[in-house]
Amino acid sequence: MGHLSDKRIKELEIIANQLRISTIEMVAHAGSGHQGGPLGMADVFAVLYFHALNHDPKNPAWEDRDRLILSNGHACPIRYAAMAESGYFPAEELKTLRRLGSRLQGHPERLKLPGAETTSGPLGAGLAQATGLAYAGKMDKKKWRVFCQTSDGEHEAGLHWEAMLFAGKYRLDNLVCIVDRNNIQIDGRTEDIMPLEPLRQKYEAFNWHVIDCDGNNVSAVVDALEATKSLFDKPICVLTHNIPGKGVSYMENNFIWHSQPFKPGQAEAAVDELKAVGAKLEAELAKL
Amino acid sequence: MIRTEAKLAMDLLDSKIAQKPTRDGYGTGVIAAAEKDPNVVVVCADLTESTRNLDFKKKFPERFIQVGVHEQFLAAGAAGLAMGGKIPFITSYAMFCPGRAWEMVRTNICLNDVNVKIIGSHAGVSVGPDGATHQAIEDIAIMRPIPNITIIAPCDAVEAEKATLAIAEFKGPCYVRFAREKTPVFTTAETPFEIGKATTFRSGKDVAIIACGPLVHNALLAAEELVEEGLDVMVVNSHTIKPLDEKAVLHAAETCDAIVTVEEHQITGGLGGAVAEYLAKVRPTIQEFVGVPNVFGESGSPVELISRFGMDVPAIKKAVKKAHKRKTAR
Repeated sequence: MGHLSDKRIKELEIIANQLRISTIEMVAHAGSGHQGGPLGMADVFAVLYFHALNHDPKNPAWEDRDRLILSNGHACPIRYAAMAESGYFPAEELKTLRRLGSRLQGHPERLKLPGAETTSGPLGAGLAQATGLAYAGKMDKKKWRVFCQTSDGEHEAGLHWEAMLFAGKYRLDNLVCIVDRNNIQIDGRTEDIMPLEPLRQKYEAFNWHVIDCDGNNVSAVVDALEATKSLFDKPICVLTHNIPGKGVSYMENNFIWHSQPFKPGQAEAAVDELKAVGAKLEAELAKL
Repeated sequence: MIRTEAKLAMDLLDSKIAQKPTRDGYGTGVIAAAEKDPNVVVVCADLTESTRNLDFKKKFPERFIQVGVHEQFLAAGAAGLAMGGKIPFITSYAMFCPGRAWEMVRTNICLNDVNVKIIGSHAGVSVGPDGATHQAIEDIAIMRPIPNITIIAPCDAVEAEKATLAIAEFKGPCYVRFAREKTPVFTTAETPFEIGKATTFRSGKDVAIIACGPLVHNALLAAEELVEEGLDVMVVNSHTIKPLDEKAVLHAAETCDAIVTVEEHQITGGLGGAVAEYLAKVRPTIQEFVGVPNVFGESGSPVELISRFGMDVPAIKKAVKKAHKRKTAR
């Protein structure tokens, strides 16, 4: 344990909290969109954009960048928040989410937003594209890696398993599939809709390495993503166990917040709660 | 009369003309394309031999990717390969890709506008005995409404090879449909081919046939036979269905004032539909449609099926005469 100093971990926690605030504000301003999943994935995205990914926000087309494919495109608010926070575009642009003419489409589009890497939304298709990309990288002996963020619900799509078989066959160890294991989907809990467990064993049976981690513990996410660098000969799955709606007490673990619009006052209450957490984290940082 | 500029085969009208499936043209074309460009890769879904990839696999084993019976992955994975700088030729039967993989073709390939070449073999009723399940006669219709895609149906094996080479050099998603069955090789190396540019094989002034795929040969035979009946029939090879060569279509309409479209595909949504949609806007013209009349295929020999569904020479002649009659009755 402990790839980073306590101070750096605290800084990443503060960033994650800020991404949560941006997500709430963005979705509330848009009047529609998804917030439950993105809040749960905020710690992972803080670690990806501010620690794990080899990328250059000022040069999204940089040839040697790591590629991050967001498969569950509906969770794009968290990616947009992380992109703005890390300098891909001004935070002000987040207010254009889902508006006519915006680069921030309701589901991300590769040709509209440099750095989005691919167009996604229809579930189950991200890992396939990530896998093709990883295969191309292997063919050309590239050093960059491909990260694919997926939801657990989209594991019900057959295409995802086609990609898992292929990645296992070709031993794509330059591919990391991150699963937002938050146990919810639109209609309810994943294990009621279509049970996925034992998910770890399913990946292992498809010839993948699997790392489990608490996806809402920044230090654990850092360690898990660091560990992916020293695993070889197989693609790597990181099962991040996340709490949907994390950080907003009335949303946590409630599947109706997959994409329910805010009622008056709800978004403000959520932001107030997160700002209080932010102040606490800042105070803790000051002591380190 | 047959246009000399089209440089067609001398034995064009000979019943003993050499025959080859258009998929053979793909097989040789993709090797030539791979020799020219190291980024060309072939992705195969458990149909290596029948999609004519065996020679490629032997020659470029490191550029041959076997995905198994995973047509959705074939399309979506290829989008990733293209993002990584490759020019993937994804190969299956048209029924399965683009058929089964349609949404991945639309969203992952076309909306992303990535450089993937979709090779749909065994299109039309040419799979014959396999029956309706495997006869892709809706593929052009499902592809036409998708932005960014180029759609080509080569008329013989020689044109198929040219089309394969041309799409490798063309930047953007392409769909090319190929046939399983042997059909006459009636064009030559010198016959002009350019994506998006229809070629007039036969000039005429009474009725214009606009055709694509191997049925272009039937159209030429029909046109020759109609000379005896006093009809002077133009035959246009509209190998590129999207983007349609509007200039050539308008020229045909203005010259003949009556059109017959011919394709081995459902009448709905294919080349005939493309021609009608365009002419309705700029020059409404009498049109007859030769194609599959809104029914599923069935088992039978390809020749029997072409006849059963009204796409043989007598059926084309009948359609031409009908179009001419409608025109003169006005």
